Amino acid sequence: MRRRTANGLLVLALGAWFGLYRSLAFLSGSAISLLGIDRTSHLGASLEFLLFEVPKVLMLLVLIVYGVGVLRSFFSPEKTRRILSKFPEGVGNVLAALLGIATPFCSCSAVPLFVGFLTAGVPLGVTFSFLISAPMVNEVALALLFGMFGWKVAGLYLVTGLTVAIVGGWTIGKLHMESHVEDWVMKIRSGENATDTALSWVERLGAGWTAVKDIVGQVWPWVVAGVGLGAFIHGYVPTGMLASFMGKDAWWTVPLAVLIGVPMYANAAGIIPVVSALLEKGAALGTALAFMMSVTALSAPEAILLRKVLKPRLLATFFGVVAVGILLVGWLFNLLLA
Amino acid sequence: MLLEVLGTGCTKCKLLHEAVLKSVTESGVQAEVRKIEDIAKIMEYGVMSTPALVKDGKVLVAGKVPSPKEIASWLVA
Repeated sequence: MRRRTANGLLVLALGAWFGLYRSLAFLSGSAISLLGIDRTSHLGASLEFLLFEVPKVLMLLVLIVYGVGVLRSFFSPEKTRRILSKFPEGVGNVLAALLGIATPFCSCSAVPLFVGFLTAGVPLGVTFSFLISAPMVNEVALALLFGMFGWKVAGLYLVTGLTVAIVGGWTIGKLHMESHVEDWVMKIRSGENATDTALSWVERLGAGWTAVKDIVGQVWPWVVAGVGLGAFIHGYVPTGMLASFMGKDAWWTVPLAVLIGVPMYANAAGIIPVVSALLEKGAALGTALAFMMSVTALSAPEAILLRKVLKPRLLATFFGVVAVGILLVGWLFNLLLA
Repeated sequence: MLLEVLGTGCTKCKLLHEAVLKSVTESGVQAEVRKIEDIAKIMEYGVMSTPALVKDGKVLVAGKVPSPKEIASWLVA
């Protein structure tokens, strides 16, 4: 495909996207009127939430995943490694956390990435900043937060997520636990990779589309299920009911939320809409943010993978430091918004 | 020729392995396909995002499953 054709298609697609997005409220309202259901009833409120929120969140997800997919075609783990090996701790931690958003990452390749970074001379703490940020501050979480709570909450998640990654990685670096990396790691002779080929602009636009097919194709059932459950809560659970036991006055809800979040990983996309409905009924924002960070950053499957390269003490330190960071974020928000 | 599929067992690694096997069968090219799961060996190629495809010691692609068309083009080149 030629560059001009590709750009033209992109502009058309974006135009269609905005047109459809702006008319979603009208379309879902009309659909309910046509069905002859009273919009103020429990059923009507639930149905409207479902018919409006599901397409809205899916559309936002497609747009943001596409944008990040194009952005990521400019970055590769190899390029990120080259940049990070040039900076000392401190600056390196900040860069690592930021690059964690832009570098393509899958928790299934956390191990080769960890080994690749360390053997290329990236400091341990900087490597951890990257490993914390990459899964936690991801485009799916950000797109869903933006769709359900607006840009302020998405922005808060971005800033606090990066802070946890920077401070967490820096702390691990200061503990000087290099000897707790499994011994075989540093003996690896890591070769140079020759796959850094330049992509054309058309190929980058295509990379965005591939990301949409991969990611949205994977998470959409969870989004629908999550919003569906949210729709039920929206219509049927009385407002304020959850405030008594998930509100900001109960300090222990934050650690509880973190604990519940650890075994969940694949369900991150479906969980956020549920949290949205919980919030609406009086659960506290800090508790909800802590829950989401725990789901994305502290996953049990990733811990099992990382055990191959980390001795138990370092693995426990990694989880401990990140958990403390998330707890502080949760408590801070509950306190500030009290 | 020797084709090595590098991957530690993720879903995409299996997809790539299957795609390569299929491509080889369809093209009729004489090639040995090996699946490399040993992390130390993977690192020797400097690959940090799996899956990756290596042809006669040269890394062709890392971090994604290429299209059947791309794989086919590498088999004849």
